[in-house]
Amino acid sequence: MSGSTRSADARPRAGLSVHTGRRLWLVFFLAPATVLFAVFITYPILSALAFSVYGWEGIGRRGFVGLQNFARLFSTYPYSGLLVNAFWHNAVVFVITMLLQNVVALALALLLARGPWGTRLYRVIFFLPVTLSLIIVGFLWALFLNPVFGIVNTLLVASGLSALARPWLGDPQTALLTLTLINAWRWLGFPTIVFLAGINAVPDEYIEAARIDGASEWAVTRHVIFPLLAPAVTIIVLLTFIGSFNWFELPYVVQGVSGGPNRSTDVLSLFFYRMAFGEVDTGLQDIGIGSAVAVLMFLLLVSVSAAAAVFLRRREVELA
Amino acid sequence: MSAPPAWGGTERGGPARLRGWSPATQAVLLANAVLVLAPMVIMGLSAFKSTREIFQNPFGLPEVWRLENFSKVWVEAHFALYFRNSLIVTAASVAIILAFGAMAGYALGRFRFGGGDFLYLYFLSGLMLPVRLGIIPLFILMRDLRLLDTLWSLILIYAASGLPSAVFILTGFFRTLPGDLDSAARIDGAGEWLIFRRIMLPLVRPALVIVAVYNLIPVWNDFFFPLVFIQSDRLKTLPLGMTAFFGQYYTDWATLFAGLTLAAVPVVALYVLLSQHFIRGLTAGAVKG
Repeated sequence: MSGSTRSADARPRAGLSVHTGRRLWLVFFLAPATVLFAVFITYPILSALAFSVYGWEGIGRRGFVGLQNFARLFSTYPYSGLLVNAFWHNAVVFVITMLLQNVVALALALLLARGPWGTRLYRVIFFLPVTLSLIIVGFLWALFLNPVFGIVNTLLVASGLSALARPWLGDPQTALLTLTLINAWRWLGFPTIVFLAGINAVPDEYIEAARIDGASEWAVTRHVIFPLLAPAVTIIVLLTFIGSFNWFELPYVVQGVSGGPNRSTDVLSLFFYRMAFGEVDTGLQDIGIGSAVAVLMFLLLVSVSAAAAVFLRRREVELA
Repeated sequence: MSAPPAWGGTERGGPARLRGWSPATQAVLLANAVLVLAPMVIMGLSAFKSTREIFQNPFGLPEVWRLENFSKVWVEAHFALYFRNSLIVTAASVAIILAFGAMAGYALGRFRFGGGDFLYLYFLSGLMLPVRLGIIPLFILMRDLRLLDTLWSLILIYAASGLPSAVFILTGFFRTLPGDLDSAARIDGAGEWLIFRRIMLPLVRPALVIVAVYNLIPVWNDFFFPLVFIQSDRLKTLPLGMTAFFGQYYTDWATLFAGLTLAAVPVVALYVLLSQHFIRGLTAGAVKG
């Protein structure tokens, strides 16, 4: 992305010297965006980091407490257990999404890259659920997965698999996996399109050269396309990571703010939200703990994003 | 991003990247298409049935195409109101993103001045920041500004969080425009606003479309900020209103399916009309241009 803008950098901007009248214009052009961004993005995020080192009573801030909130989060009941439980679920969602959703997406992209009849239509269909609100998707599948009246169990019973019919979302054993699959149904088209675009961006000459050397289609895929797909894969891994560790809407609307049943779908964002705004059934609210969770999530997301950005930049240099 | 995106050869008539598609290829793609479409078709058909019929005949066509489910959702369940709120919030925040983003992108992309590069990077940092983690300070800020439980709280947070990508995309586009365009206008004595509004802005229209689509769907679909900021039923956006609706009608499946269908129709319709823009816009950032 940045590579193409960089080359045009100096040229058009060169001739313009900036004197006072124009300086005022620049302020006029830049001020609205800068103020809005500073007030509603930068300030809240910096404050959120600062909040974690203060004591809290309800929504009222008390004195500086150093790392006490973190100490409480890591070592006192019930926080430490909830933290580990939620973190583990985010990690499971990430791994399952990578293994199922993204691998299937890569396979679909490789099939679409063969340009079969209807490629264009398939692209449009596959991407459709990505535009749907997760609220719609969550409620729709909750109805389909209803243990008594839902079509999923109806279909299983009708096809002689009644042993498999179960309360998919009500059983702690299957709830998280089921929720992850619903999420994959909604998102699958996204990595598919990104991978397809990556494959289509592979220069013709590379593929033709390999073919002239007698490479099979699989060899072309394996040795020409896969290496050049690395940036697309990195981006998808990164976005899947960010998405998995920010997971909120789907568990919230389908399983409730407590991540039921029996906390089997509790994730970090739900835990954070409960600490910030209070849990309905227990009334438990602790902004100090919530802020500490936010800081941990912040560090995790920003460090992984930064690592991916560095990796991508290095690849770009190698390929250039 | 600044060059026209290198979107795939195949659909533009270029050669297919891989060869040897077979009936098996078709079968897999078709199966996935069914997996995507079947739930939505069943949703749409169920919206016309009675609850009894949904339970007894979940897959067939409705015996009678009942429209009263929809009118119930639209009037009784306040969907008309939720739609209005979502429309206002989405239109206002996308308009602000486009206006402020284009102004900032123009200044950063066309002029060299002290602090310009720093400001550009400052906006770019927002691409990575998970804004939701600042929700506690944001909540307090909105309370202090007396914006809690107003549509303004949503418009402002969406506009602010849309700015980094807008500034990034638009600065890139402005930079690629030839330098003599504005110099010539300046020599002719045109004012700065006129140059921006009449000469430069029309030239970045494709980028404005990308920015609009990139923000349109996430804003329309967002649930998190209304959940935190909005209390009054009359101010709920569609995603938030739907949770209240589901709590209220949870045994009335005909109404539930009608609600889901009605909520999905505008986005799906817009998508069918503008699918290429949507696919390009929503994957902007993940796909190298």
